[in-house]
Amino acid sequence: MLEIRDLRVAVDGKDILTGLDLRVAPGEVHAIMGPNGSGKSTLAHVLAGRDGYEVTGGEILFEGRPLLDLAPEERACAGLFLAFQYPVEIPGVNNTYFLKAAVNAIRKHRGEPELDAMDFLALVREKLAVLHMDESLLKRGVNVGFSGGEKKRNEIFQLAIMEPRLAILDETDSGLDIDALKDVAKGVNALRSPERAIILVTHYQRLLDHIVPDRVHVLSGGRIATSGGQDLALELESRGYEWVREAAAGA
Amino acid sequence: MDTPNTEIDALVRREYQHGFVTDLESDTVPPGLDEDVVRLISRKKQEPAFLTEWRLRAYRHWLTMSEPRWANLHHPPIDYDEISYYSAPKSKDDGPKSLDEVDPKLLETYEKLGIPLHERAALAGVAVDAVFDSVSVATTFKDKLAEQGIVFCSFSEAVREHPALVEAYLGTVVPYTDNFFATLNSAVFSDGSFCYVPKGLRCPMELSTYFRINAAKTGQFERTLVVADEGSYVSYLEGCTAPARDENQLHAAVVELVALEGAEIKYSTVQNWYPGDEHGTGGIYNFVTKRGDCRGNGSKISWTQVETGSAITWKYPSCILRGDDSVGAFYSVALSNLRQQADTGTKMIHLGRNTRSTVVSKGISAGRGQNSYRGLVQIGKGAENARNYTQCDSLLMGDRCGAHTFPYMEVKNPSAKVEHEATTSKISDDQLFYCRQRGIGEEDAVSMIVNGFCKEVFRELPMEFAVEAQKLLEVSLEGAVG
Ligand SMILES: Nc1ncnc2c1ncn2[C@@H]1O[C@H](COP(=O)(O)OP(=O)(O)O)[C@@H](O)[C@H]1O
Ligand SMILES: [Mg+2]
Repeated sequence: MLEIRDLRVAVDGKDILTGLDLRVAPGEVHAIMGPNGSGKSTLAHVLAGRDGYEVTGGEILFEGRPLLDLAPEERACAGLFLAFQYPVEIPGVNNTYFLKAAVNAIRKHRGEPELDAMDFLALVREKLAVLHMDESLLKRGVNVGFSGGEKKRNEIFQLAIMEPRLAILDETDSGLDIDALKDVAKGVNALRSPERAIILVTHYQRLLDHIVPDRVHVLSGGRIATSGGQDLALELESRGYEWVREAAAGA
Repeated sequence: MDTPNTEIDALVRREYQHGFVTDLESDTVPPGLDEDVVRLISRKKQEPAFLTEWRLRAYRHWLTMSEPRWANLHHPPIDYDEISYYSAPKSKDDGPKSLDEVDPKLLETYEKLGIPLHERAALAGVAVDAVFDSVSVATTFKDKLAEQGIVFCSFSEAVREHPALVEAYLGTVVPYTDNFFATLNSAVFSDGSFCYVPKGLRCPMELSTYFRINAAKTGQFERTLVVADEGSYVSYLEGCTAPARDENQLHAAVVELVALEGAEIKYSTVQNWYPGDEHGTGGIYNFVTKRGDCRGNGSKISWTQVETGSAITWKYPSCILRGDDSVGAFYSVALSNLRQQADTGTKMIHLGRNTRSTVVSKGISAGRGQNSYRGLVQIGKGAENARNYTQCDSLLMGDRCGAHTFPYMEVKNPSAKVEHEATTSKISDDQLFYCRQRGIGEEDAVSMIVNGFCKEVFRELPMEFAVEAQKLLEVSLEGAVG
């Protein structure tokens, strides 16, 4: 589904990713861990097509197609979704209206008819229940005045409604209390399916207790320094990231 | 008299020389303005003497005035001798003969606005008969209203059919001495609309001048007068679109609103005069005086405007809160794209006790547009417990445009509460990226964000107008980002 080969990315002339390789197959959940500033969000943003990152080498294939040539909205329409680490506020744009516009933009791209108001509402209610999200958030401006936790729930709510092929969650767990974390995990687990892949970018092991990944990767020194299973995350939790860095440097 | 007055004689001869009398048939007056032209306009409209005199007084006063220079606007001087002040029912040979002769860019715009084909033709100034459909629409409308005693007609018709009403209210809100452009308008106004709602009546439908677009071609100096008698209510809509022309055209309109005791007037405008091109060639110079008088206790006037067009906008729809407990409001979206300049805002003049006013101004600057908010809140000595709330937000797109705010406050009563809030923001890359990541294309994202910014104003507009206003913004902002 996703194949990243020797990806090199610079920001403001500074090399952030220096040869990153990653393969994600349909149905898999991958966790990408790493210390602050190691380039996790950079990777997520480059995958989603954000400006300001210079790809200096390597390639990315998404379902066999080169991803880097596509505009952000084309990637979204192709089924790539990013749950943002810092969701942005859009004053005056109703949250539900925004989501409906997003869903219909993608349906239109796929040649499907737009969802009518009733079908959309039914879908919204179903997902709201799963996430224990307060219905009043739907009537507010997109993320306007939302608490940190509400913003993250809203991201997962959008994810649940949009049902992408590949979901990238950038530190969705940070700033969540345990109840919120469980709701988010429930929402994500409900999306696991043989056709869908999920990349969890996280700093902490805690999320992985609730969403059990197939693979865990550690990003360090601009590349995947080491990969393993669920136990790697536990090891990181007890030993910190330093040993990975040393091991990578020694290799 | 037997002694011939040689001076008058000479004048008469000169008038003849100028060919005004013979020109009567052709309905066009050579450029330039003098008393004869003013008289001619009045005569052509078969106006009663009071109006001719009023026009002449305005003209004489105008001669003593000069153009205001205080606005944050820059344009080459306007040569008032080059303007033709009466070009009214221009013949059909004047405009483009068919849609094929009209700038395709303009037609594309109309198409995007969802304006039906025959309407588009009318807007583009094509002389087609289909336009008369809309006139008859307006007429059916009018008869129905007349049954209830509501007068809604062209200004000229009002002068003919209801001269007493016109005489009682004309110039009582915007006197003919008011300002350079209003005074000029008073002297030469061509036509416009008149509306009178009798006591205690709620006008059952929105009154709209949108359909009178064919007449607008002549109406560079329109005059509108709306009178809401005691306890009545009326919502009035005004839509403007102008054909694209290379030369700058002066448009100096006046709107007067009078709300008597307990009456309410809602006046909404969607202004889309031709803005000129990206180099600043052509476009309307829109110098407009709009003022409402809350004359009676407990009366209400609200102005809602969406200003997307014109090369230059100079416009300050205002409220005089004369009656006790009267309420004024101003909701505005002003967009300056390309090389457009807008200097717009409002004046809230609190005279009565417990008067309240609300001002919400949303300025959008894109391209090389310059957008200024200029607002005055004046609390008179007797305006016990007056309240004003002003919110003034600017949105910038790109870095070659500008936003400016000029708030003025004059408070002469210590019990007044006046609040002013101002913000300036940009459409951030973060917001755009967020929308695009959700599959929403860049232009749709921009218009979504801009519409969100304007929401508090749009929700004041009647439903169909709100939709039109959103579409207009979309069209006006096309290509403004990226
Ligand atoms: N827009 C930017 N301008 C300059 N440096 C940036 C920018 N974005 C990220 N960086 C730098 O890139 C590195 C990786 O950042 P990031 O991808 O956000 O890391 P992580 O998400 O793993 O914490 C950091 O050193 C950060 O300072
Ligand atoms: Mg990060």
